[in-house]
Amino acid sequence: MTVRQQVLVLYLGTSALDSPVVGWSVYDGTGRTSPTTGDSDEPPYKSGVDALRDGWRLFQAAQLIPPYPGSEYDVSFLKHEFFFEKLAEGSVGPEGVAAG
Amino acid sequence: MAHFVAHGSLRLDAVVPAEMNAEAIGFLGRGVPGVPYGSAVADAYPEGSFARRLLDIPAVAGALRSLVGPHPRVDHHAVHVRDPREGSAQPLHGDAIIDVRTDAFDVQLMYYPQDVTLDMGGTLSVPGSHLRRTNETDTGRYQNLLGQSRLVCPAGTVVFLHHGLWHGGRRNDSDAVRYMFKIRFNPAVRQRRLWDTSDLEDPRVAEELMTTFPWYEPATGRLEIYNRVLLWRSLTGDESFDLEHWVTRVSNRPQEEVA
Repeated sequence: MTVRQQVLVLYLGTSALDSPVVGWSVYDGTGRTSPTTGDSDEPPYKSGVDALRDGWRLFQAAQLIPPYPGSEYDVSFLKHEFFFEKLAEGSVGPEGVAAG
Repeated sequence: MAHFVAHGSLRLDAVVPAEMNAEAIGFLGRGVPGVPYGSAVADAYPEGSFARRLLDIPAVAGALRSLVGPHPRVDHHAVHVRDPREGSAQPLHGDAIIDVRTDAFDVQLMYYPQDVTLDMGGTLSVPGSHLRRTNETDTGRYQNLLGQSRLVCPAGTVVFLHHGLWHGGRRNDSDAVRYMFKIRFNPAVRQRRLWDTSDLEDPRVAEELMTTFPWYEPATGRLEIYNRVLLWRSLTGDESFDLEHWVTRVSNRPQEEVA
């Protein structure tokens, strides 16, 4: 069996894993799907915990970093980023075609 | 203007006449030669040229004057062509480099000469993202945000974007070639009370400026409002303007000493 990683990135409303999803991205190592920018208006899960319940394994959460002095009111990237993985059968050949 | 300050965009549906749209589709595919940065509109687009006629449409001219004032400079322009079933989307990005101006902004005119359907992959934009300090495609990791705007519009639509708004061309999954013509403008005057300000005291102005978007984290969303207040103060010259007392409260430094 060839196993590849599927990665889900959820951006949550607060630093709590059970807070609502406000943004999302998917990267599929099996090559079976090609998610991209602006392809859905509906989030795959309502919260980070919902993703856990569906079998996604959390492997990274954003650190809580205090604002830099003088930049307390600046707005920039989304702060509450959580990375999940699933392992799935499949692989991608050098031409990008699903081979497994 | 309050809508533009909150959303970072202004959309004018089907303001360009059908005959001009047909004309545009004929030449946009061949590309449009560039013009020097900072050109006056009259120098960049001679009388009678397509771009000049586009900018002379009353609704377009009025919006442009309200946003950046008279005689703006043409920063640059570009034709964006998305081929049928091309399989890729632009990453979410802001144009140029981080632009930290708080008392001025450029606008990007985006003109769509044909009907744009959802599967044609119209421009994606993120309402309320224009005050975020991010650099170009560093936001490329974000594929979808709650409340994003996937443009679907009738032919002849013109959209003005604040220079900082996150956006990108979506994947074209249709069989049609999609065209968009963009012009970026720099203001040549101070952007203060350039629009019809007769309704500044209308309570709907404050309501509009308090707009939040589904993708905002609640905490950061408050900072968005804070920054909008600062922008509104700059645009109106009213240094006492506030929403929910937020800027006033955190800038309160009484100097009077107890007798």
